[in-house]
Amino acid sequence: MLAKPTQAVWSQLIIHAVFILITIVMLVPFALVIIISFSDEQSILHNGFRLIPDQFSAKAYHYFLKTPDTILRAYGVTIIVAVIGTCISLILTSTMGYVLSRKDYGLQRATSFYVFFTMLFNGGLVPFYILVTQILHLKNSIWALIIPGLLSPFYVLIMKGFMSKIPTEIIESAKVEGAREWRIYMKMILPLSKPALATLGLFILFNYWNEWFNALLFINNEQLVPLQLLLVRTMNTLDFITSRPEFATAMVSLNVDMGDFPKTSAKFAVAVLSAGPMLLVFPFFQRFFVKGLTIGAIKG
Amino acid sequence: MKRKKAFRFFGRNIELFTLSLPAVIYIFIMSYIPMFGVVIAFKNYRYDKGILGSEWIGFKNFEFLFKTETALRITRNTVLYNLGYMALTTIAALTVAILLNEIAKKWLKVYQTALILPFFLSWVVMSYITLAFLDHDNGFINSWLASAGMEKIQWYFEAKYWPYILNIVHLWKAIGFSAMVYYAGILGIDGELYEAARIDGAKRMQMVTNITIPQLTPLIIILLILSIGNMFRGDFGLHYFIPNNNGMTFATTDIIDTYIYRALSEIADVSMASAVGLYQSFVGFVLVVVANFTVRRFNEDNSLF
Repeated sequence: MLAKPTQAVWSQLIIHAVFILITIVMLVPFALVIIISFSDEQSILHNGFRLIPDQFSAKAYHYFLKTPDTILRAYGVTIIVAVIGTCISLILTSTMGYVLSRKDYGLQRATSFYVFFTMLFNGGLVPFYILVTQILHLKNSIWALIIPGLLSPFYVLIMKGFMSKIPTEIIESAKVEGAREWRIYMKMILPLSKPALATLGLFILFNYWNEWFNALLFINNEQLVPLQLLLVRTMNTLDFITSRPEFATAMVSLNVDMGDFPKTSAKFAVAVLSAGPMLLVFPFFQRFFVKGLTIGAIKG
Repeated sequence: MKRKKAFRFFGRNIELFTLSLPAVIYIFIMSYIPMFGVVIAFKNYRYDKGILGSEWIGFKNFEFLFKTETALRITRNTVLYNLGYMALTTIAALTVAILLNEIAKKWLKVYQTALILPFFLSWVVMSYITLAFLDHDNGFINSWLASAGMEKIQWYFEAKYWPYILNIVHLWKAIGFSAMVYYAGILGIDGELYEAARIDGAKRMQMVTNITIPQLTPLIIILLILSIGNMFRGDFGLHYFIPNNNGMTFATTDIIDTYIYRALSEIADVSMASAVGLYQSFVGFVLVVVANFTVRRFNEDNSLF
């Protein structure tokens, strides 16, 4: 009898050791990027990237705080796109999900096929590119960042699954009282679907926040560069930020020579400034992300 | 009589139809119109002439594509990488989920958060993290190699390392979310099964092999079949940003999606890009249908359509 608890304690210790190791592996890359952004340029040149640099320095951030225009503008574009996109997307997803959840709807099967066929087959990148640029004329428009991600059949499927669980008696009795369909949708279905709306809303917001593909394809205008594209552009060179006239003026007013500009640490500082804030927010909602998969208990 | 019936049908459904109309129109424009665009693959597309005005050339684009080594290379890379990601992530995430189930609640949250953190990064941000490790002059690994007195390695120029790098990077990003999905599956297993096993004197390990894994099998199989259906769709972000779109490593990093993107944006060979795209869509379509058919035979409730 005595041997058993010790064995359990041992296995607990081993499991914890495994998880502590995993946690370190997961966190060290984050730590490394943050530390590089706070490293002194000279010590990077001498020793490369280290978890403990010879000398810390917040110089890289200093420059960006003096000339925050480019980064703030990118934040602005991303926030506008994410908020507008999420709102419209939720309207489209919930109306479609609701209509598909109504088994008494005469076109339910046809509409279902119409929506989900797009999951099976698509025209591919080229026709999509030509559609957006040549037919919709959205090149260098903020709508090129919003419109392509508005409706995902997969989210419709989840929404439909959730709404199918709303008892039909509620809808029936409202109809007996003479309520119109759009009223039932607005006054009853939407309030009852709050958990699904919140979860999917978070998913959609997150997708818009991390979206770079459409920006890469359609945005050349410097005024419309969202955060992720800013990061793409600063990956190989910082020119995108440092060649702006505001930056040069700020350099002069700070009385520094461009040669002293900490190129390497600044690059990583841009990454930290862009990804950091969201990384502090999203993990709080992590359970929603997992719940999103099970909420509709998907079945087409 | 017939007209009256049609009228009644119209009257009964018009309100719901109107409600679905915005989404129906959206899907028509964004998904159905581009489907007709696949004809570009059979044409010699020129921007000035448009889709209708460009000259028909039949299967020439495909002939050209399959004559070169490119088609083989990008197909092989896409499929092999997807298989690798699928196998590694499933095994690792399952192990983590089973271990998570063995520990106390208060620690659970800490480990969960650490595990899922990379899931919230975009591939663009991920490319900065890999650069921090692999940069030739300053990278963490190279400066460590240098201080150990070893030769620095040109990671971004050597194709042979990339199968390992991409698999590791993918695993690092995907393991947390995947483990959470399996962990949610474990939480959904009927507790009485474990209770009964405990009364019968089963050990922890026996419960895992005889209860947890068999109970999770349907979930595992569904997820596997779904990813087999997506075998032809590569992860563009992973294969474009992490190797930094470097031509030196295309032999082991280039996949169908990155090839199409380059054909469109760098070489501007629209017809070729479209031909590859149609090839991908078509094979992908066949795979999804076959995968779904398999799920349906296996368990009707779990099929997607």
